[in-house]
Amino acid sequence: MQADQHRETDSTDHIEVKNTTCYMCACRCGIRVTLKNGEVRYIQGNPDHPLNKGVICAKGSSGIMKQYSPARLTKPMRRRKGAERGDNDFEEISWDEAFDMMAERLREIRATDPKKFALFTGRDQMQALTGLFAKQFGTPNYAAHGGFCSVNMAAGMIYTIGGSFWEFGGPDLERSKLFIMFGTAEDHHSNPLKMQLSEFKRNGGRFISINPIRSGYSAIADEWVPIKPGTDGALILAIINEIIQQGLYDRDFLIQYTNSAELVNTDQASNEEGLFVRQGEAKIDDSCVDAQNKLWWDRHANGVVKTHTEDADPYLLGDFQLDDGTPVKPAFQLLVDRVKDYTPEWASSITGISVETIKQLAHEMGITARDQKIELPIPWTDSWGKDHESVTGNPVSFHAMRGLAAHSNGFHSIRSLSILMTILGTIDRPGGFRHKAPFPRPIPPCAKTPKGSEGVQPNTPLAGMALGWPAEPNDLFVDDEGKPVRLDKGFSWEYPLSVHGLMHNAITNAWRGDPYKIDTLMIFMANMAWNSSMNTVSVRDMLKDKDENGDYKIPNIFVCDAFESEMVAFADLVLPDTTYLERHDVMSMLDRPISEYDGPVDSVRIPVLPPKGDSRPFQETIIELGSRLGLPAFVKEDGTRKFRDYPDFVVNYETEKGSGIGFLAGWRGKAGEKFMKGEPNPNQWEMYEKNNCVYQYHLPKSYQYMRNFNEGYLQWSRKHRLTRFAEPITIHVYSEVLQKFRLAAQGKLAGKQPPDHLRKRVETYFDPLPMYYVPLESQLTDTQKYPLNAVTQRPMAMYHSWDSQNAWLRQIHAHNYLHVNPVTAQANGISDDDWIWVESMHGKVRCQCRVSEAVEPGTVWTWNAIGKASGAWGLDKKANESQRGFLLNHLISEELPEHEDGDHISNSDPITGQAAWYDVRVRIYKTDDNEPAQTSPQFKTHKHTPGTPKRKPKWQAFFAGLGKFKGDNK
Amino acid sequence: MSQLALVIDLNVCVGCHACVTNCKEWNTSGSAGALSDDNPYSKDPTGTFFNRVQTYEVGTFPKTETVHFPKSCLHCEDPPCVPVCPTGASYKREEDGIVLVDYDKCIGCRYCSWACPYGAREIDEHQKVMKKCTLCVDRIYDENLPEAERKPACVLACPTSARLFGDVHDPDSEVSVAIREQGGYQLMPEWGTKPSNHYLPRRKNHVSYKKDELERVDNPLKKEDYQVDSTEPSLDDVTSW
Repeated sequence: MQADQHRETDSTDHIEVKNTTCYMCACRCGIRVTLKNGEVRYIQGNPDHPLNKGVICAKGSSGIMKQYSPARLTKPMRRRKGAERGDNDFEEISWDEAFDMMAERLREIRATDPKKFALFTGRDQMQALTGLFAKQFGTPNYAAHGGFCSVNMAAGMIYTIGGSFWEFGGPDLERSKLFIMFGTAEDHHSNPLKMQLSEFKRNGGRFISINPIRSGYSAIADEWVPIKPGTDGALILAIINEIIQQGLYDRDFLIQYTNSAELVNTDQASNEEGLFVRQGEAKIDDSCVDAQNKLWWDRHANGVVKTHTEDADPYLLGDFQLDDGTPVKPAFQLLVDRVKDYTPEWASSITGISVETIKQLAHEMGITARDQKIELPIPWTDSWGKDHESVTGNPVSFHAMRGLAAHSNGFHSIRSLSILMTILGTIDRPGGFRHKAPFPRPIPPCAKTPKGSEGVQPNTPLAGMALGWPAEPNDLFVDDEGKPVRLDKGFSWEYPLSVHGLMHNAITNAWRGDPYKIDTLMIFMANMAWNSSMNTVSVRDMLKDKDENGDYKIPNIFVCDAFESEMVAFADLVLPDTTYLERHDVMSMLDRPISEYDGPVDSVRIPVLPPKGDSRPFQETIIELGSRLGLPAFVKEDGTRKFRDYPDFVVNYETEKGSGIGFLAGWRGKAGEKFMKGEPNPNQWEMYEKNNCVYQYHLPKSYQYMRNFNEGYLQWSRKHRLTRFAEPITIHVYSEVLQKFRLAAQGKLAGKQPPDHLRKRVETYFDPLPMYYVPLESQLTDTQKYPLNAVTQRPMAMYHSWDSQNAWLRQIHAHNYLHVNPVTAQANGISDDDWIWVESMHGKVRCQCRVSEAVEPGTVWTWNAIGKASGAWGLDKKANESQRGFLLNHLISEELPEHEDGDHISNSDPITGQAAWYDVRVRIYKTDDNEPAQTSPQFKTHKHTPGTPKRKPKWQAFFAGLGKFKGDNK
Repeated sequence: MSQLALVIDLNVCVGCHACVTNCKEWNTSGSAGALSDDNPYSKDPTGTFFNRVQTYEVGTFPKTETVHFPKSCLHCEDPPCVPVCPTGASYKREEDGIVLVDYDKCIGCRYCSWACPYGAREIDEHQKVMKKCTLCVDRIYDENLPEAERKPACVLACPTSARLFGDVHDPDSEVSVAIREQGGYQLMPEWGTKPSNHYLPRRKNHVSYKKDELERVDNPLKKEDYQVDSTEPSLDDVTSW
């Protein structure tokens, strides 16, 4: 070390330390940023932050290289006259010109047909604001990335247990004894899961990973169970079967807290077949309340009693008849009937896991749950008025994310997992699954979309939410002919429970004009011309395709991003966003907060640096547009601007006049004395700033568990307006919601009816009981020709496509390989490092092979989104990302081949519209000797982007506080 | 005499690279910086890092282990890099055993990197000096930092707390206890370098239940003795003697 390098301690240096929230991935850790002479010196985990408690990951530690990346967009830009979309050929304009262009276009659309404006956003963490803007504008065509991410996880779990993994709940690894993780889950949750995993292992817990690939967290699993992709549902159903066969289920939990003992009408001739039998009126008649007027068959009375009748002892199994002759069965009997054929032997042939291992997994889960019970001396009262002296835990926990979700059978796999967690008695109990506020919410939650095309009117806010939670067929967002109102066909009969929309079909549908053409597509922070689209080559063509008049089929595309992504190149108008270090943000209770198991938590970002160049936070763009367009929430009664800027909006916006509910839950009320609900506090930002940018509320101990049916908690939740009602949220082992859609498809339920060609599809998949089916793409693929499954995994040092512009992170992942089991490689005459073709029925990609013993022989895999288009992300055209990196997306279609359900059905789950990324089937073979050692397909190199450096340095050395990089970057 | 060192727990390391980049961000602007990057936005980017994570596969499918292995200077008790240095730039500190390079004396001859059996040293091609882990010597004694933060950057960052830091000569230190109780080991002890850094091995929890635990008198299936339909045929109906 050199004496003259001790510049850090120079007394003339200006050192500042500021807290904010990371955004190098979606995890939202607290960070402490040290600035030296106005430059970022060090980003560390904030030790006083509840989420990460001082730790930070590889991405968070590389924030400096994001901040100073030459790929930063710094100027608003317009596509140069005469230039084509995709050329990345822009000219700088002023913000005034940009706003004039947008406001003129959008004002006209809003006055004529608001649905011709579509706003889709990436992993933005500001859906509370973007969703509000879309609703106020009056367009139904709004969604964030959830439909192509993990909506099956949200829907499958929320429609079963009223909560879900990641932001809304997770495994209680502090008290768990056995933890089972399905599939890839490295990025959700990131640091908290890492922290908890190591603590769990050190406490002697046993960790089992069920995954086709042993990378990431699976590396430290005590046992790795390789499984064929898309077959997890079969495994879980067989485990459920074995647990029931052995009597390892938690009978008391199933009776008291789930609908397992509730009697279902089994009269096949009845229009009420498959519905619960009910007696008397419901106390509250609302589709998001699980009415308590259902029945049990009581052993003592040998007849029906109302559920939760004192001292009743209902049967879980059996076959009974009501006085009026109606045949009924407890829901659990129906589950038993369903899983009867899902034997370990059956599942073994599908999953590739031995019968012995499947039984071992079931026994281990069941015995651990039963024999290692935790008893915490915490008194609580249940929804039926019964006092309990303690809280019991069955310490078996699970986690899963996209590995289960990104299949067309994912909804049922995840519902199966939720049911497995339920029969083990682990929901919101110590050592099992724990909710995070605002969950649990009703099954399904109350929010609804409009129910028809009349909900969309010129110059009028949308008559409902753009995204909601259908409880029955009449909640669908379809017109009088049963056709979709949304561009992405969300909430239509094709994908009835598409609760996060289908962003992956928006561009294709808009291009085709099916269900209709649009005028303007606005994309925020979503790389739809690259890794966020399936069928990337075609989608890029659609974005620049023209009609017979020579006009673009999608007439206007506005893109807001902080970096020169592939999508930016296709914009007509580019809005430069700031980085996370340059803006105010909220992790709102109205969106996806950072709540902990013991209570609600929300947090903020506060800028530590000024915006670079002319960049501007997207929130400010939204507020400005909302004000210019005169959207009611953004203007006063006289039509003048209501909010100075985004921070002002966050403080003063209320969901309704005087509702006291706003974007931030902490320090509400005039003096900051209230939380969750209270009048605006002008000093709210200062309070957050003083408190590590976090508001955390710890619930009383007696409200921390069993929250689906915890009277104290539910009343608290209602009082603080997290939920509308305080009724118990009974767990749906049997889904009457799904059955109602099935009855409609069978013509047995009055009201909205599916089009005839979709009746069979709805009847098949809207099964009230969990089911397994072969993923749709595999059903339609010649699997002899394409025998392998191809999937992606998430590297821990790179979040999607977000950081190829980052000089440090790209040294960890500059290009990717296709990982192949040696047996499979050998069978195809392939060796390590060989250039190969990987081909599906939709396309082919040339890439390099990496032979690996850590992948099951029927699967090939690669890291997600490492490959980049030539010249994008501020990279040189020779960069590894474009020359040796590749996307699997080229092999995956956004639509299924034509089949009986239709010719443009999304390659998605038929229930939720979740993009089925992991269903694709491929084959691999060696390239010819004369082919180039370069990935294929290749794309025309991006032109230079105005406002970014023309020349990139050959080398650089960053030393904070000197005002420039050392090195050759003049 | 103290010997500061890292103890790395392979049982919990998930290979996330937090230690790699946090080390880089601390040290590039610290007393050992700047740490240069070549081709930062072009082909084959490479740069100076004091700490890297390598990933290995062990065994044959399906009995495969994936091992993430973080590696940096091991601060040997008998460091072979020191005696080979022609200028005395490489040295081991008496007071705490940290091995350092004095950039003012270093001539970038690379003898030390050839002598190091662990490949822990990295030449800075632009500053023309040899660089390596300093155990964040500019953090661990800095009284301007809160006491809890007087640790190497990699240790503070590590999300799985897989990196322990302390004095391996103090038998009561956290690191010595971990080495003693959890089978901590050194890399390539046969070289006689006596590395101060240690690694804790993987530890496995195997299935522990016994088959007879499946049988219980309180098996809930026994509660489902629902009534048999009396109209069903029975032996009593057809047996007359």
